[in-house]
Amino acid sequence: MRYAMAIDTKKCVGCSDCVVACQLENNVPDGYCRDWIVENVKGKYPGLFLEFRSERCNHCDNAPCVRCCPTGASHIVDGGIVLVTRDECIGCCACIESCPYDARYVHPKGYIDKCTFCIQRVEKGQNPACVDVCPTHCLHFGDLDNSNSDVSMALKDRKWKVLSPDAGTRPQLYFLI
Amino acid sequence: MSTRREFIKITTAGAGATVLGLNTVGSGIFKWFGSQVEDPVSDDVLTPFPTYCEVCFWKCAGWTYVDKKGRIRKIVGNKRDPHSKGRLCPRGTGGVGMYYDEDRLKTPLIRETGKDGSQFFREASWDEALDLVANKMKEVKEKYGPESFGFFVHGTPGNHLEHLGRAYGSDTSAEPAFANCRGPRSAAYYSTFGAFIGSPENTDIRDTRCLVLIGSHIGENMHNSQVQEMSEAIDNKATIITVDPRFSTAAGHSTHWLPIKPATDIALLLAWIHVLIYDELYNKDFVEKYTFGFDPLRKHVKNMTPEWAYSITGIEPAQIRETARAMAGAAPAVVIHPGRHTVWYGDDSQRERAMAILTALLGAWGQRGSLYLPETVSLPQFPQPDYPEPKWNWRDLNQGKYPLAMMGITTELLKASIPRLNYKHQVKAWLVGGTNLPISLPDKKLFREAADSVEFIAVVDTMPMEVTGYADVVLPEATYLERYDFLRVAQNRLPNVALRMPATVPKYKSKPAWWITKQIGQRLGLHDYFNYNDYSEVIDWQLKQIGTSLEEMKKIGVKSFPRKTGPPYLGKNEDYTFNTNTGKIELYSSDFADAGFDPIPVYIPHPEPPQDFYRLIYGRAPMHTFSRTINNHNLWDLMSHNNVWVNPLVAHSLGLKNGQKVWLKNQDGAVSSFPVTVRVTERIRWDSVYMVHGFGHSGKKLTRAYGRGASDEEMITNVMVDPVMGGAGMRGNFVTFLKEAPKNNGKEVSA
Amino acid sequence: MDEELIVSGRHIPNIDPYLHVWHWQIPLYLFLGGLAAGILFFAGYFVVTGKQEKMKATVKWAPIIAPFVLVIGLTALFWDLKHKLYFWQLYTTVRFESPMSWGAWTLMIITPLSVLWVASYLKEIIPTWDWKVVWFNRFESWLIKIRVPMAWVMMILAVILGIYTGILLSAFNARPLWNTSILGPLFLVSGFSTGLAATIWISTDPAERRILSRIDLVFIVVELFLIVHLFMGFLAGTETAVESAKLFLGGSFTMSFWVFVVILGLIFPGVLEAMELRGLHVPKWIPAALILFGGLMFRFIIVEAGQISRFLN
Repeated sequence: MRYAMAIDTKKCVGCSDCVVACQLENNVPDGYCRDWIVENVKGKYPGLFLEFRSERCNHCDNAPCVRCCPTGASHIVDGGIVLVTRDECIGCCACIESCPYDARYVHPKGYIDKCTFCIQRVEKGQNPACVDVCPTHCLHFGDLDNSNSDVSMALKDRKWKVLSPDAGTRPQLYFLI
Repeated sequence: MSTRREFIKITTAGAGATVLGLNTVGSGIFKWFGSQVEDPVSDDVLTPFPTYCEVCFWKCAGWTYVDKKGRIRKIVGNKRDPHSKGRLCPRGTGGVGMYYDEDRLKTPLIRETGKDGSQFFREASWDEALDLVANKMKEVKEKYGPESFGFFVHGTPGNHLEHLGRAYGSDTSAEPAFANCRGPRSAAYYSTFGAFIGSPENTDIRDTRCLVLIGSHIGENMHNSQVQEMSEAIDNKATIITVDPRFSTAAGHSTHWLPIKPATDIALLLAWIHVLIYDELYNKDFVEKYTFGFDPLRKHVKNMTPEWAYSITGIEPAQIRETARAMAGAAPAVVIHPGRHTVWYGDDSQRERAMAILTALLGAWGQRGSLYLPETVSLPQFPQPDYPEPKWNWRDLNQGKYPLAMMGITTELLKASIPRLNYKHQVKAWLVGGTNLPISLPDKKLFREAADSVEFIAVVDTMPMEVTGYADVVLPEATYLERYDFLRVAQNRLPNVALRMPATVPKYKSKPAWWITKQIGQRLGLHDYFNYNDYSEVIDWQLKQIGTSLEEMKKIGVKSFPRKTGPPYLGKNEDYTFNTNTGKIELYSSDFADAGFDPIPVYIPHPEPPQDFYRLIYGRAPMHTFSRTINNHNLWDLMSHNNVWVNPLVAHSLGLKNGQKVWLKNQDGAVSSFPVTVRVTERIRWDSVYMVHGFGHSGKKLTRAYGRGASDEEMITNVMVDPVMGGAGMRGNFVTFLKEAPKNNGKEVSA
Repeated sequence: MDEELIVSGRHIPNIDPYLHVWHWQIPLYLFLGGLAAGILFFAGYFVVTGKQEKMKATVKWAPIIAPFVLVIGLTALFWDLKHKLYFWQLYTTVRFESPMSWGAWTLMIITPLSVLWVASYLKEIIPTWDWKVVWFNRFESWLIKIRVPMAWVMMILAVILGIYTGILLSAFNARPLWNTSILGPLFLVSGFSTGLAATIWISTDPAERRILSRIDLVFIVVELFLIVHLFMGFLAGTETAVESAKLFLGGSFTMSFWVFVVILGLIFPGVLEAMELRGLHVPKWIPAALILFGGLMFRFIIVEAGQISRFLN
């Protein structure tokens, strides 16, 4: 079982619904967010290209944050979701330093926090909150090992890219382009 | 006797002290809620209450989830709802912030003058405040007649206030939605097709083969089902053509982006019409059967070639032809999106007419993938006597101007309030609800003079918005999450009804608008119009008339009904009479001709920016609704201030850097109260700048919104009035940059 | 123009607009750890090679600094933790993939070890010292007997201490400026050099100082070569590496790095030490202070610049 997410950049309008839905669903502390929108503009008027990306923790296959954690608080569970056990976290921030995607933050209570793919919802067979709220239906989630899952279907016959592939992290967020 | 009205920022110690006293417990609990609760909560332990959103005017239906302690945790879309299809937009999702906003109005306020002559608000009881409003209404009725009491309304509070007004005897009302937004579209499409576009727009984007956006910025304009359907259209590989001087989000997802020179859209539209006619690409059968005035149209556009349009718009002739062919190829499944905020240059009714004509030539009306035939649930009125007939109404304010106006014009209501302008029908007092007039209306000078001239202003609002600073009485309204309101019956493919019910009790001392208007109505002796104790009785009665009940609606939230008026699309070769003078679609508009306007649109050039000035273009951001949501904590977190977009060439020549703060000054010398950050981006043309509307709040009590970003409205002093229906064209303003704070900063802006 | 920006209002403290989650506590610890590593390594080395009589300051006096420096360093590290009450979790597990875990355990052993080392010399440092407790005296004799094995252990731990911080930083793929295998050796050599400098400063024996200066000079030259190697590697690397190197080649750290670290912290003191060896009298504290200053600045700059360097998407 390998959970992953596909984000269709041809449809994302950068509305940030995913950001606020996540904040409310997961009680993210004030002033913090677990996902965010990046706008990329290339070219010179009027030959322009515009891309919006909804980004979050990539739940990497070769997660540097898990490797460098001195206490094992940062760990991977079944399905490849990267989680932080808050009572094992000492707040050394090594994981924050090691993440090429700036996905982690220090929770005001002191432990390190980030996107969890809404594991509490996934365990019940639901989608993460961001996927369920997106008005353009550009977020797809599911099990890559299941060819009928939403994410597998979205990746079929589409070109995609990942972020910073040369960082060697094998991220599991696929941006459809 | 009129009191000189000072703008009071709600910062008085009086209001503050009681806030502290009354709400240490309340705010304490909610602060605790904010930091203590850490773990996400399963939907199983939450109770859903049906509602429809009030953050914007799309009115998406959803469920407000409340936990066991009675706290609102989140709002999620109702899957049965055609407006939201189970997914709310970011503003709807962030609607929770409207409830928890600690800057909310908490208690009724009454304006007083101190011994030193300064004016301030003091807290009052509901009885005192309501008595004052009712007495003033009685006073105006006796002295001037009820017609002289004007109503500025918007949204669902407007429903209740208008009901009160009509029962009282006044139809002197205006919403910004008409003259400051959709008005030109209404006038143009009504005179062409005999039907309104309405809201949600009857655009079948979901099934279209070609979507044409004339300045519409769907994606930044976050009208939920439009954005959802545009996403479906992208999946279906529909052609999307965006005409916009700015590289909008929609342009970024378009097949063709036409980077048009601002104010020249009519030329492009006429050239498209020329190509369709002279290259014989138009839908001959449809035009033959259903339209009137093809020959005059043909003659009219004879010389309006793509080459002619190129010299005006800057769009290459080849691209004009290519896009015309794309539309023709996709016809009739083409949506020429009628737009929404269409008040641009004062000839907007004509531009919308050109869009309507283009639609008709393509046969893109009443077809799948074009404009479908919407239907609305017909909801019977709760038993009450007929409204009294007022001696004059909003139309009479126009004094013969704007013959094709269909609703009250906000500017005229303002002008009729100013005695020195000598309007035949004078307005002496205002009741304002659901609209922040100082920021939504252009020409602040006019607004200030009008507010100063009337004898009495009462404002109903949830937040201490700028408009409350001009009130004599401020009535704190409960948010949509805390109240019952009119049932939502909006047009759609299938007629449907949506219920709004409270998820919790009103916070602080706020009250729902239905209660406020009933209380005032009773004090005015209008009991017969408010013959219920709780508004849920009205809702239940109405629902039972149409075959459901409050009990059922509480469980499902939205109910759709089968259509009664036939299918949403015209049958092949179906005979159809249009609700126009000729019974046909009027390519040549008899309404416009009769009123003395061009029956077929003509391109007129508009003033260009003077040297060193740049045209101010404004628009929306998907996480905000005008100025309404800037203080909402959840949405402010997504966007706390606006930027001014500047083209890199301009930035380079003026020495402006990304992130630099500048003040704006317009062609009439108006200077922005607050600085705004520069965003250097290629997405905007070199002759224009762009800002998101709604920022630059001057209300200090809006702790998050105050002073953040700059207000585009302050720069809009030149209003280009549409003679057809009174629309206030606002894009004829030009700004330049001041790198240092202007010397008289700190005083109120004189604009 | 290539414009990339976050448009959902994200402004997480210390992460946006660029990473700055490690403040002065970390570079301070890196410096102190390297200093202690250098001192303890050479203390052990000269015992193992039987030269402790000639290198009294190195073997006896300098190591007194080590426990204090280590404790201050550990305090700084503890202070930096954001979830302090749970710090003990570090010691419930050994994670072989995490250099920070190696460091935690190494420090756990080397700090008491350095105390024991100093304790074993206490009677030589303070002749009138008396433990007063019989068991302590017996323990002390035992320590003196096992001094050589203790020295070996200390040397190994000192190398780990000196190099692991560089390996730790280089293991963060996300920070291109650190992500080079040169960083470990560079930190090791730099740390040992600062240890030597501190010892030179304390030593009152010119002969001892000569020996130490010779070794230090070699280390300084090695450091300079490693720095050249470092930048050659970046400039020949991926675009991300080239971008991060630019911070030091025209970017905001250019002046501070080349002036404070390379010129003042390495080249100039190196020249002074060479001149001293040639016979010119140079007050011993000048090159020593400069090397210590350079070492501290180096770590501050590397930690700050490394956090700013990032992957281009």
